[in-house]
Amino acid sequence: MNKFYIVSALALIALALIGCAAAGTPTPAPTATPITMPTAGPKPTIPPPGELVVMTHDSFAASEGVIKAFETTANVKLKILKSGDAGAALNKAILAKSNPLADAFFGVDNTFLSRALNADIFEAYKPASASNLPAAFALDPDFKLTPTDYGDVCLNYDRAYFQKKTLAPPQTLDDLTKPQYKSLTVVENPATSSPGLAFLLATVGQFGKDKYLDFWKALRANDVLVTEGWEDAYYAKSSWGGKGGDRPIVVSYATSPAAEVFFSDGKLKEPPTGNVLGDGACFRQVEFVGVLKGAKNPDAARKFVDFMLSAKFQEDVPAQMFVYPVMPGTKLPAFFKFAESPKKPAVVSTADINANRDAWIKAWTDAVLR
Amino acid sequence: MKTHRPALLLPLAFLAAFYVYPLAAILQTSFSGDTRGLAELCADAYYARVLAFTVFQAALSTLLTLVVALPAAYIFARYDFRGARVLRALTTLPFLMPTIVVATAFSALFGPRGSVNLALMQFLQLDQPPIQILNTLWVILLAHTFYNFTIVLRIVGGFWANLDPQVENAARVLGANRARTFLHVTLPLIAPAIVAAALLVFIFDFTSFGVVLILGGPRLATLEVEIYRQTVNLFNLPIAAALSLAQLVCTFALMYVYTRLQARLAQPLRLRPQAIVKRKPQRAREKIFVWGYLTAMLVFLMTPLVSVIAASFEDGSGYYAELFINRRGSIMFVPPMEAVRNSLFFAAITIVLAVGLGLLAAYALVSQSRAARILDPVFMLPLGTSAVTLGFGFILALGNLRASIWLVPIAHALIAFPFVVRSLLPMLRSIQPQLRQAAQILGASPARVWREIDLPIVARAVIVGAVFAFTVSMGEFGATALVARPELPTIPLAIYRFLGQPGLVNFGQALALSTILMVVSAAAIVAMERLRVGESEF
Amino acid sequence: MLKIINVTKTYAGAPLLRGISLTINDGEIMCLLGSSGGGKTTLLRIIAGLEPADAGEIFFDDQNMRDAPIHQRGFGLMFQDLALFPHKNVFENVAFGLRMQSASRAEIRARVNEMLELVGLAGFAARDVNNLSGGEQQRVALARSLAPRPRLLMLDEPLGALDRILREQLVADLRAILKRIGTLRAALYVTHDQDEAFAIADRIAIIHAGRIAQIGAAAELYRAPASAFVARFLGMTNLFPARVCADGRVETELGTFVTASEAKQSPSELEIASAQSFDSASLRSGSHLAMTSALIRPDRVRVGASGVPARVEECTFRAGRYRARVVTDRGARLTIEIDRALAIDARVGLEIESVELLPA
Repeated sequence: MNKFYIVSALALIALALIGCAAAGTPTPAPTATPITMPTAGPKPTIPPPGELVVMTHDSFAASEGVIKAFETTANVKLKILKSGDAGAALNKAILAKSNPLADAFFGVDNTFLSRALNADIFEAYKPASASNLPAAFALDPDFKLTPTDYGDVCLNYDRAYFQKKTLAPPQTLDDLTKPQYKSLTVVENPATSSPGLAFLLATVGQFGKDKYLDFWKALRANDVLVTEGWEDAYYAKSSWGGKGGDRPIVVSYATSPAAEVFFSDGKLKEPPTGNVLGDGACFRQVEFVGVLKGAKNPDAARKFVDFMLSAKFQEDVPAQMFVYPVMPGTKLPAFFKFAESPKKPAVVSTADINANRDAWIKAWTDAVLR
Repeated sequence: MKTHRPALLLPLAFLAAFYVYPLAAILQTSFSGDTRGLAELCADAYYARVLAFTVFQAALSTLLTLVVALPAAYIFARYDFRGARVLRALTTLPFLMPTIVVATAFSALFGPRGSVNLALMQFLQLDQPPIQILNTLWVILLAHTFYNFTIVLRIVGGFWANLDPQVENAARVLGANRARTFLHVTLPLIAPAIVAAALLVFIFDFTSFGVVLILGGPRLATLEVEIYRQTVNLFNLPIAAALSLAQLVCTFALMYVYTRLQARLAQPLRLRPQAIVKRKPQRAREKIFVWGYLTAMLVFLMTPLVSVIAASFEDGSGYYAELFINRRGSIMFVPPMEAVRNSLFFAAITIVLAVGLGLLAAYALVSQSRAARILDPVFMLPLGTSAVTLGFGFILALGNLRASIWLVPIAHALIAFPFVVRSLLPMLRSIQPQLRQAAQILGASPARVWREIDLPIVARAVIVGAVFAFTVSMGEFGATALVARPELPTIPLAIYRFLGQPGLVNFGQALALSTILMVVSAAAIVAMERLRVGESEF
Repeated sequence: MLKIINVTKTYAGAPLLRGISLTINDGEIMCLLGSSGGGKTTLLRIIAGLEPADAGEIFFDDQNMRDAPIHQRGFGLMFQDLALFPHKNVFENVAFGLRMQSASRAEIRARVNEMLELVGLAGFAARDVNNLSGGEQQRVALARSLAPRPRLLMLDEPLGALDRILREQLVADLRAILKRIGTLRAALYVTHDQDEAFAIADRIAIIHAGRIAQIGAAAELYRAPASAFVARFLGMTNLFPARVCADGRVETELGTFVTASEAKQSPSELEIASAQSFDSASLRSGSHLAMTSALIRPDRVRVGASGVPARVEECTFRAGRYRARVVTDRGARLTIEIDRALAIDARVGLEIESVELLPA
């Protein structure tokens, strides 16, 4: 009896393992999507001719058709290497400098531009279409990094909440410190969150290097809530998230209201939220792509940079990553009509960010958290 | 008893290649010859406060988890009741829920406008939400207990279930009341398992990342959180490396003390098959205790999960249907069944790796030789190392392997391995050596002895270890995010992809995938427990 | 034939076995008798191969066992705590050794049933070993060790935990069973209980301080114990320190003794019945001045008016005769066997018919 149990148990385990392994091997691939999984041994990272490895962050997205089109024209197989959030991915690329993991890197933003440039991991390459770029985006004159898209970090507010309370939504950053907006705001920790850092930079740009901490002290006195990440702030703490939160003002993206409509499955005709678009209330994040030094396939990497500025990719950007294309005149999808854009985002020079980012974060931490 | 040197080689080689080497590489790069980081660490009182808080919250959380979970371990060990297997499988589910999902679930319950608060406000006619625990120590304690309940239940319960109740009866006959019997007889006997469980829980709480980061809010930081901030956001590698070293030293010291304690407490036990030990609750008082406690346990562990499941159906089956549609034609679209398949595939390899290596290591450690005394805590170190630090070490050290699909199960096995070792050791130590010798004298070769004696007896511990390896692998996010290949995302990775974007449908899909994660895992765990070699046996 | 040659073993710096040599002949049941912790179990474990000896050799039929793996020695060992496999039932426990020999299913079933019948447990095959009584577990352990037809069976205090009546019954059964097994060439039985040893063994080896103090059949040992230790171990309690004087007299608490030849000349002196390792010449000449022990057998003391004055402390009826404990006026205590009862506290004279001198 017992022997029977043991034998059948072992057989079941073996079967389960074989089943899983078989399910993972490509030969009898039951799904349409091609999955490359080596049958034995580790896969070498040295790309065979015609393979392009692009390292990027978790939020990278693109349409399948657009990528296929690039692969055909450039005659390469594109391999995307997602490596954690934006900060982690960049740090990984820097650490792997002497033996790069990829040919190109996408997703350095202007808040971390200096770190990338100082680490000297990028090869200069100026695409032909770069001359059409608005000057405001060309933050690296050497074109080691080429801008591809931008987005604004803004305060979102709950339209229904303010309507119900017959309270006017805040217009400017200063409004947030007023008594009627007490205990209403959520911000992310700039030390752990990308929008959090962008919002901190907005306050630096708006109030100046010497005064921004006063604003934060006032905001703290007005019971601001700090979370570690955007997900927690947006879903669990906001009053429109429906998950027990009660705060109607949250630091997010200017495109978030549009995304709410897009991702409502047709339920929402109007966005449930609006943006605080007063002068200097938002910070513009610009994302860059670059060819990595020591790339095994630099030609293809350059073609990829060209491709990211092409109309095909630029038009794909809004719906995939909820950011704006950098190329002027790019056609935007219909739902982007709900996406608002600040007229005057806060301005902090890249050089200033380079020099002071860590000090500002530390000072902020001391002022707001301790 | 001689040391099993060959048995040690494989786990040691595994640790050396995938743990020590990458860690040394990142530490070397970080310090690159100067000790600025260490000096800064010692100079700034802030880090001392972080360390103090880390220890404080971990100790409190561990204590709370033990207090809450030990009665449950007793019930599962001593009583025979319908649905025990399914209930036990359910207790494992919190363990594999992504922190952000649990955070939203907690918020939906205990947030200022959460359902519990809304109900209380209406019922008690209050203007303010009465429960305000988010971003406090309380919610950290609560979440740690919620997550680690199953560790205590499984390790202590599994051991307790095989303890001969005759010993307790003897004490009762000798005039000890229930409490004294527990204190003077039962407790010392199950102490090795309690210590093992407490150790694991403590390390988990000590190196807690997501719970403290998200639920605790930014004002409360553990060493692990500080390492993450310094590594990823500030890219201050010298400080991060110094903190990593500090955490390693603490972990090692803790491990050393605990493993010595555990080894000393271990004694050969007269193990009895469960069938004899277990009985149905009969008297009214027993029934009230058993069913009352189980109900409370279910409410505590399941309410957050049920709220996730309920929310995933808010749109009928809409969120589930949406999972299968690549509406934007994205190249990053993951068909949900593929994520499930990837997760199960990685989990299966993780089980094989972790249980195989864990068995070998546990055998080597039973000997209690001097080498074993040092290696025992060393084997636990992967648990005390931040995923970020290790992930960066992989980049530096592993050369061509760093884009391999094997890195995911390897990383998972590194984390699961200590669980397997800890759940196996008390059991192995308690097998009377005479049983093996008797088998040998009856003509069994050493390999045969293992198969005939050890395997059936440790099967329970192996199952416990396998379940842990499985849940670790299914739920792991931090390390996976750094080493996974994007075309092979696991379920948690897919969940985070959805949570990275605003919109109801994204959130709904994250909840739907979380529900799928729970259902698939629960089914797999129940199946694994059925593999336990027959109920009449150990 | 099992031959143990000069086996030594040291534990934590203390010598446990100081050179044990022993031969067990075919068909013989040899008993190792000694106090607990005296190294008997260790010797069994060395023979079984569970522990290495520091020095010495083990031969079975002139085959050196030094490099033979445990599981290929063809020896059986019944553990003190039985070590039944708790996860296997009675049948599976007994069948274990046969399965290791890759016996066929039918063969295993037949042999297990035969063994269970032999030990009186027919019909117990499907029972859970954890639910058996102590005696039943003992029998399962015996059946298990006998089933694979060992050449040599070693039993380590196999009846240790049982009550006396059960033990006496089992020990008789055990001897009968061991003698009945054709394939069993020899048995080695460890105990600390002399009654058990006498009941089961053909020959007994008494182990003391890591050495064999004496070896022989039960009657031989009883008739002529080689030392005071052996005598004491065999349950003889009337042992007194004795001093051999220069003139050959032997002084004890009970009086002075002379050798038999001198006793005839001087009837008032007491007779020394035997003095192993002292020849009477050396005693007479007084050249041997060592301290020795004087043994007085309980049935060699008569109670009368004369003799050593003593008081009766206790008197009990035992197997047809009376056994009394008396204490002399000089404080020495003796056990004597007599035909009639004595009153407690009665004063008596002890006429000691003979003493035997043993090395201390």
